[in-house]
Amino acid sequence: MKRLLFIAPVIAFVALVGVFGYGLTQDPKKLPSALIDRPLPAFDLPGITPGGGFASASLKGEPMLLNVFASWCAACPQEHPMLTRISGEGVPVYGLAWKDKPQDTRDWIERFGNPYRRIAADEAGRTAIDLGVTGVPETFILDKKGRVRFKQIGPISPEDWDGTLKPLIARLRAEA
Amino acid sequence: MLAEIGLFALILALLTAVAQAVLPMVGAVRGNVAMMMFGRTAAQLQAVLIVTAFAMLMICFGRADFSVQLVAEHAALSQPLPYRLAATWGNHEGSMLLWVLILAIFGAGIARFGDNLRPSLQARVLSVQAMISVAFLAFSLFTSNPFLRLFPVPADGAELNPLLQDPGLVFHPPLLYLGYVGFSVTFSFAVAALLEGRADAAWARWMRPWVLAAWVPLTCGIALGSFWAYYELGWGGWWFWDPVENASLMPWLIGTALLHSAIVTEKRQALAGWTILLAILAFSLSLIGTFLVRSGILTSVHAFAVDPQRGVFILAMIVGSTGTALALFAWRAPQLKSGALFAGISREAGLTLNNLFLMAVTAVVFLGTFYPVIMEAVSTDKISVGPPYYNLVFVPLMIPLLLLVTVGPVLQWKRDGAARVGDKLRWTAIVALSAFAGLWIALGIRNAASAFGFALAVWLVLGGVMVLVRRWRGPDGFSGRLVRNTPPAVIGMALAHAGLGVMTAGVVMMSGYATSKILVMTPGETTMLGAMQVTLNSVGEVRGANYTATQARFAVREGDRLRDLKSERRFYPISRSQTTEAGIGTSILGNSYVAIGDVQAGPRGQGIVVRIYHHPLVGWIWFGALMMAMGGASSLADRRFRIGAPVRAPRPLFSGNLVPAE
Repeated sequence: MKRLLFIAPVIAFVALVGVFGYGLTQDPKKLPSALIDRPLPAFDLPGITPGGGFASASLKGEPMLLNVFASWCAACPQEHPMLTRISGEGVPVYGLAWKDKPQDTRDWIERFGNPYRRIAADEAGRTAIDLGVTGVPETFILDKKGRVRFKQIGPISPEDWDGTLKPLIARLRAEA
Repeated sequence: MLAEIGLFALILALLTAVAQAVLPMVGAVRGNVAMMMFGRTAAQLQAVLIVTAFAMLMICFGRADFSVQLVAEHAALSQPLPYRLAATWGNHEGSMLLWVLILAIFGAGIARFGDNLRPSLQARVLSVQAMISVAFLAFSLFTSNPFLRLFPVPADGAELNPLLQDPGLVFHPPLLYLGYVGFSVTFSFAVAALLEGRADAAWARWMRPWVLAAWVPLTCGIALGSFWAYYELGWGGWWFWDPVENASLMPWLIGTALLHSAIVTEKRQALAGWTILLAILAFSLSLIGTFLVRSGILTSVHAFAVDPQRGVFILAMIVGSTGTALALFAWRAPQLKSGALFAGISREAGLTLNNLFLMAVTAVVFLGTFYPVIMEAVSTDKISVGPPYYNLVFVPLMIPLLLLVTVGPVLQWKRDGAARVGDKLRWTAIVALSAFAGLWIALGIRNAASAFGFALAVWLVLGGVMVLVRRWRGPDGFSGRLVRNTPPAVIGMALAHAGLGVMTAGVVMMSGYATSKILVMTPGETTMLGAMQVTLNSVGEVRGANYTATQARFAVREGDRLRDLKSERRFYPISRSQTTEAGIGTSILGNSYVAIGDVQAGPRGQGIVVRIYHHPLVGWIWFGALMMAMGGASSLADRRFRIGAPVRAPRPLFSGNLVPAE
């Protein structure tokens, strides 16, 4: 029995190496592509205020942004002014508050301002798993039919917007 | 020419390491003194060779020799010289060379300062050390040769990642590596003990200074990294639970556990197997940290260029070192003589509990860090856990650990009684509890958690102070003789524990009372954040050596104090990347922090995005860490470590009134 205690570290280690070995065979750059050109996974989430949430099915009709954020996220305040600017340019921005208490999200929005058309609260983080969210902030670009066309990991910088996202939105608008 | 000398020295170092790995080990098994002694010579020769190689690479960077590919990729003429030199280790190949450099210096240290070690133990330690060296030198030479030539030679080079062009980052990696690699020594000691089948008090005594020698720079390195993230990333946070941060925290936590369990092994000959396991784990986690950064298995802001092939090599090294060591542990550790028994309330029991908590905390961080990898292996999702996870599990584990920190030093070895412990802690507990009650009332009923956090800080700081007070107070009150005779190790312990308290105060304050605000400001505009009055004075363009920047100047008034702060948003044209330089006004009580974003339309027309933060007591976090490091250094300076001679059995000074053991 005592012997087993001394062998346990080796067994745990072997399992870990197996996981690492598998991890190495995965291309980290593939990460964002899982959902590309596919519709959003179905969700219908409550908002941070009663009646304020939205369902995935409602995100269509025009190109838009789905931004995953959280009040505890350090980089989100940095991205926040950019979202304000984007929504000011007439592109709808929807928010998904990830693993955040609605009260905290409300305080955060109150403090920094609200660039979002609607905010859904993914308190349990289940929808974020379906979306394949790896961290906050993360932003999905949706086309008119509600399909994911691009995924931005990390805060949107002015360069990202002007160089990549804005032209993409313009292209998506031109699509039938 | 210089590059070739460096490469040649590196190849010679590899050959030396191979000899050093084999001969002393054979000598130790056969009892051949000459072969064992060869280890000492080889270790020092290897250090000289690698110092040469590293110096050559550094000179290549200093002279901006773009015929060396590494230099061309990471240095530019417009870059200031110090950053060009720092670029030597600001990239994958160079940082690996720094790894082996530190490894070799530690090896030479064992050879040089290990005169009092049992020769067979020293030979085995040096041999294991050389095996690690062989692996890393081979890794460096075969997969990441820093001396590769480039033809045709470019006129100018690319540049070091601008985020890394910062004084803090010049010292951060070497300090971290001193820590990571320092644990290779304790690893070698552990493996050597398993091979010898002996892990006694003398072994623990020899190993302890090396644990400290790794732990002190690692503490500084992590604190410096956190400080760098605070002022350079421009997010105003000091810890992000980023995989790379966690990679440095895990060996630190295990190293802290090792530091304490080695004391038990030294003083009481108990927990030898456990100490060995910790020594193996501390280095393994350092290796895994390296693996993490370089394999691309997890994404991170800190990651070097990702290369799965290198990941395979490092994984093989982890399997080779950790796997072998753990197998050896499973085989040999059960035969180790287990030490003296101890009671449920005793110094040993307290330290064991401390170890268990530190292990649990490490496990939690480990799970959080590798959750995405594990999830990906068992399902197809790729997700990560965020700060909510760590707040949920880290904090509840830290609270009992921190409570224990002050209890541990008052406990007697072997056996103690609850009443006696309560007696010694009475005043500390009364003060901490009154602090809790007073703060709870002052802060309001909803802020019980903050009040508790501050009370915990008081408990820790006072606990540290009381260690010294109890030591200095003899039967006739305070005595100068007792003060003078206090061993540096005791002062170190008091300092480190108090430092933990100072840090706790900073963390609690930052979690509960940091405030911030984002707005678009035009020059001349004034805004308030709490009691802080911030005026944007001007916005202009400035030009640095290798960047252009938008610079905003602010006047920040807090009470009577008026400060000029400037924040910059820098653009580095060569690497086409951008950084934010925050303007930070520091004081003991807290920092005011302003950072600018891009130009945007605001309510009063075109302005600049400004983020303003007030960070109360944030400096205490790093100062506390510094105190811990100084405590470790003070402990390291204790002459009992340097003099290997067996210590005299302590003579009781007065019968019946024992000086508390440290």
